[in-house]
Amino acid sequence: MIPAAFEYARASSVEEASKLLNKFGEDAKVLAGGHSLIPLMRLRLAQPTALIDINGIKELDHIKEDGHKLRIGALTRHVTIQNSSVVKDKLPLLAEIAGEVGDNQVRNMGTMGGVIAHADAAGDYPTLALMLDAEIVTNQRTIQAKDFFKDLFTTSLGPDEIVTEVVFPVANGPHKYIKFRRRLFDWAIVGVAAQKMNGDWRIGLTNVGPTPVRAKAVEDALKKGAKPEEAAQHASDGLNPAGDLRASPEYKKHLARVLTKRAIQQST
Amino acid sequence: MAVTTMIGARIHRREDPKLVTGHGSYVDDLRQVGMLYMSVVRSAQAHARIKSIDITDAGKAPGVVAIYTARDFKTMISGGLPVTESLIADKKYVPNQFPIAETEVVYFGEPVAVVLASERYQAADAAEQVQVDYEPLPVVVDFEKAMQKGSDKAHSDGPDNIAWDVKFPGGDIEAAFKEADVVVKERILQQRVFPLSMEPRVVMANYVPFGNQLTLWTSTQVPHFVRIFLCFGLGIPESQIRVISPDVGGGFGSKLRPYPEEYLAAAASKLSGSPVKWVETRTENLQATTHGRGHIFDIEVAAKRDGTLLGLKVTNLSDNGAYVGVFGALQSALSLFLAPGCYKWKAFDGRTVGILSNKMSTDPYRGAGRPEAAHLVERAVDLVAHELKMDPADVRRKNFPTEKEFPFTNPLGMVYDSGNYAKTLDKAMQIVGYQELRRRQAELRKQGRYLGIGLSTYVEICGVGPSAATDHVSGSISLVESSIVRVHPTGSVTVAVGTHSHGQGHDTTFSQIVADTLGVPYESVQINHGDTSDTPFGYGTYGSRSLPVGGISIYKSCQKVVDKAKKIAAHMLEAAEADVVFDQGRFHVKGSPDRAKTMGEVAFRAHQTGLPDGMEEGLEAVTYFDPPNFTWPFGAHICVVEVDPETGAVDIQKYVAVDDCGNVINPMIVDGQIHGGVAQAIGQALFEEVVYAEDTGQLRTGTLLDYSIPGIGEIPDLELDRTITPSPTNDLGVKGVGEAGTIAASAAVINAVVDALSPLGIKHVDMPASPDRLWKMMQEARK
Repeated sequence: MIPAAFEYARASSVEEASKLLNKFGEDAKVLAGGHSLIPLMRLRLAQPTALIDINGIKELDHIKEDGHKLRIGALTRHVTIQNSSVVKDKLPLLAEIAGEVGDNQVRNMGTMGGVIAHADAAGDYPTLALMLDAEIVTNQRTIQAKDFFKDLFTTSLGPDEIVTEVVFPVANGPHKYIKFRRRLFDWAIVGVAAQKMNGDWRIGLTNVGPTPVRAKAVEDALKKGAKPEEAAQHASDGLNPAGDLRASPEYKKHLARVLTKRAIQQST
Repeated sequence: MAVTTMIGARIHRREDPKLVTGHGSYVDDLRQVGMLYMSVVRSAQAHARIKSIDITDAGKAPGVVAIYTARDFKTMISGGLPVTESLIADKKYVPNQFPIAETEVVYFGEPVAVVLASERYQAADAAEQVQVDYEPLPVVVDFEKAMQKGSDKAHSDGPDNIAWDVKFPGGDIEAAFKEADVVVKERILQQRVFPLSMEPRVVMANYVPFGNQLTLWTSTQVPHFVRIFLCFGLGIPESQIRVISPDVGGGFGSKLRPYPEEYLAAAASKLSGSPVKWVETRTENLQATTHGRGHIFDIEVAAKRDGTLLGLKVTNLSDNGAYVGVFGALQSALSLFLAPGCYKWKAFDGRTVGILSNKMSTDPYRGAGRPEAAHLVERAVDLVAHELKMDPADVRRKNFPTEKEFPFTNPLGMVYDSGNYAKTLDKAMQIVGYQELRRRQAELRKQGRYLGIGLSTYVEICGVGPSAATDHVSGSISLVESSIVRVHPTGSVTVAVGTHSHGQGHDTTFSQIVADTLGVPYESVQINHGDTSDTPFGYGTYGSRSLPVGGISIYKSCQKVVDKAKKIAAHMLEAAEADVVFDQGRFHVKGSPDRAKTMGEVAFRAHQTGLPDGMEEGLEAVTYFDPPNFTWPFGAHICVVEVDPETGAVDIQKYVAVDDCGNVINPMIVDGQIHGGVAQAIGQALFEEVVYAEDTGQLRTGTLLDYSIPGIGEIPDLELDRTITPSPTNDLGVKGVGEAGTIAASAAVINAVVDALSPLGIKHVDMPASPDRLWKMMQEARK
């Protein structure tokens, strides 16, 4: 519970943060809300040489409606997303998901960009980003969500690249996120998001593999007119989740099917 | 008649304003000039020979002052950690535990070296650089396999892994089983759990060579007990050791023993010549603070067709870990003594086997043997009810002793002081709406939904303990409890006690007793505990003993004070002592309420001239109270759950607890104890399990990311009520309540889960009843 020694620097702009990342080398980490990073450091599972604190970069904290898009700044806190009338109106599923992240302390500190860049398999936003074809904007380029999440805790971000914004499409049709967990403030054992968009269903799965999963087979079955309970049987197609102390691989696949059915049925 | 406004008053805890505003003073809040921080290098292996320890790099790290290993400590510490002798008479193999490993590590997290540095961070960094070269030895994790002949051994030089093997016969068990219409058998697991007090362990030691003086601040439930063993281990006279335990953030039984780090910090201070502080991290807390439970129970129950219980056979296999816990054997014994529960068995037969494995020691955790007992016997009764297709409430009621049958003696000779078991069950069933729930359950079952109703009618044992009973199981330890009540010249009162509050609210409860008994303002009473220099010797706080033993000691001291004060008052009033009445804090002459002296006036006179001839000055009294019997609280808990047929998720819909802990001093504190206890038992029933890797013995649940304790979202609203059946064994009729919730609740929850799943033919579910486990069981059952 005592982290190893590290350098600390506070950036006041994205350019400065990028420069600092270059300066401290590849073992430096960006500090946003810190609610994943700092526990890892305390356990010495992460031992970054330096933390580049971006909490002072005010322009990264924003929610903007942009035609048929919703632009969420990387430093926007969960609590802001959860309570935003714009998000509730344009992409209510995102507000719902933000409201289910951790507890109050986590939601007051944790950020959109932090969750996306950390790429934990149990993260909730990556699922939504992937299934809705969101774009991840960095200080260097724009990356399609489907090209962003590479593996467990691994993204296509370069060493001095910083997520600045996540751009979601507007979607305010029927939707539901079911986060199956043993305790109120836990990560999902399995999560399922359903969103009706432009007449078709989008289905995303959380924590059933190293990266978020879009349940294409379910979407296709629904498109062909299958009932939710029939289509949901395809939710575990191709999945090979790792077992852990909370759930066996078989149970996770079972949950993916059950929760997919429920998410579609309970979408409003 | 004294005033009776405070005993029974639902007042706020006087401790709380300080604690909840962050003004508490825990050991980690304290520091000494020139203090060094100690970091403990712990074994990364569960079982290995230590080939060498290389401290070269660590010794050069910034801020490092000293690094010590077993070789250094052997010059300072002799002997090993204590083990109570209960059951060990029949032993077998109880390895000596030196506070730090020398040649062989036997559990993951065992101390192998300590680093002293100027800053805590420096000590932690340097500890990582200590290189230990291990030669792996076979690891013993599965404790049932470990009892077999030819098993790998947890200690390479031990004869085997059997710490004890003891039988507890109670009556003619064969006759009881011969009479049976039905016999049911089950294996009931009690998984290992972490006690997890909010404040981990913290030790600060300051050894001063001039006068050979050691002061040790430690977060413990038992400061006097720690002092005795430091005296034995370090060879410093008890009079020159001062143990101070200031505010303590919980213990739940895990802080009722001396620990290796207390010896190591004290010896390190002596070796280095500097004060030394060690603050346990949560990671260390999980590895190296004792674990709770860790048993297998094989039970066999004989009953008649009409539900009459006849005989109960219990075999307890206890996973001790690598070293027998200080009270490890005691809790296995308690689990058998209480296994008959609150039922009239014709006979009982028990056996306990203590087994060594390469894991952390198990030792008491809230309830210590009694939750295990209640869980197995409450499951046993439900198994019988299921077998006979009877309502579990009816089977219970049929076998309770009636109120008139008290004192009631169980088959092992334990004498239950008082009880009215049917009354608590009736009350709980009425509050929960039992009959209506059963109707609803039947309706929902038709819809394929699984509603379950679980009962737990428990009895427990508190007030540890009468020397007559504890003598032969504790190695002549009497377990009396002490108090000094001192009335100052101006009438305020200081009470010094041998018990030690670690969150129970003793300052409040004890002050309520003193205020009423002496007739002085509640605000004028000061309770001192936790510092061996200004408190009488006491055995500390555990086993729900502080009120029924320590509290009674205070009451008796107060009575002695009143007796002396009455003599002084009579002298002041120029009346015969027999004509003086003590009422509402005033001594007055019978029939003349205006001719009176207050306790304050008497106290002042007690420190002046003008006392009765031959009377010494002062107004104080000392009591070492040895209770005539244990106390036996009881109650009925009912839990209602719905299990999701698809996911196995358990939703607790209702929880009713009707407890009887005798007379109640502070209802708010009693309710709080029940709340906390039930919450911890729900944790064990549904969420918690310590997991060691079967192959390596490494702790898989090594952080609170991997180990689930319930939070506010998981604990339902609890509907509490009580009945009051005073204990006849003490002056206040109190019984103790610190563990009741934990003892009652796991059975209520699990019985509800089993009841919910009974349409599938499921008869038993082990803990934790996680959704994953229940889903698997439902899958199997549906095949």
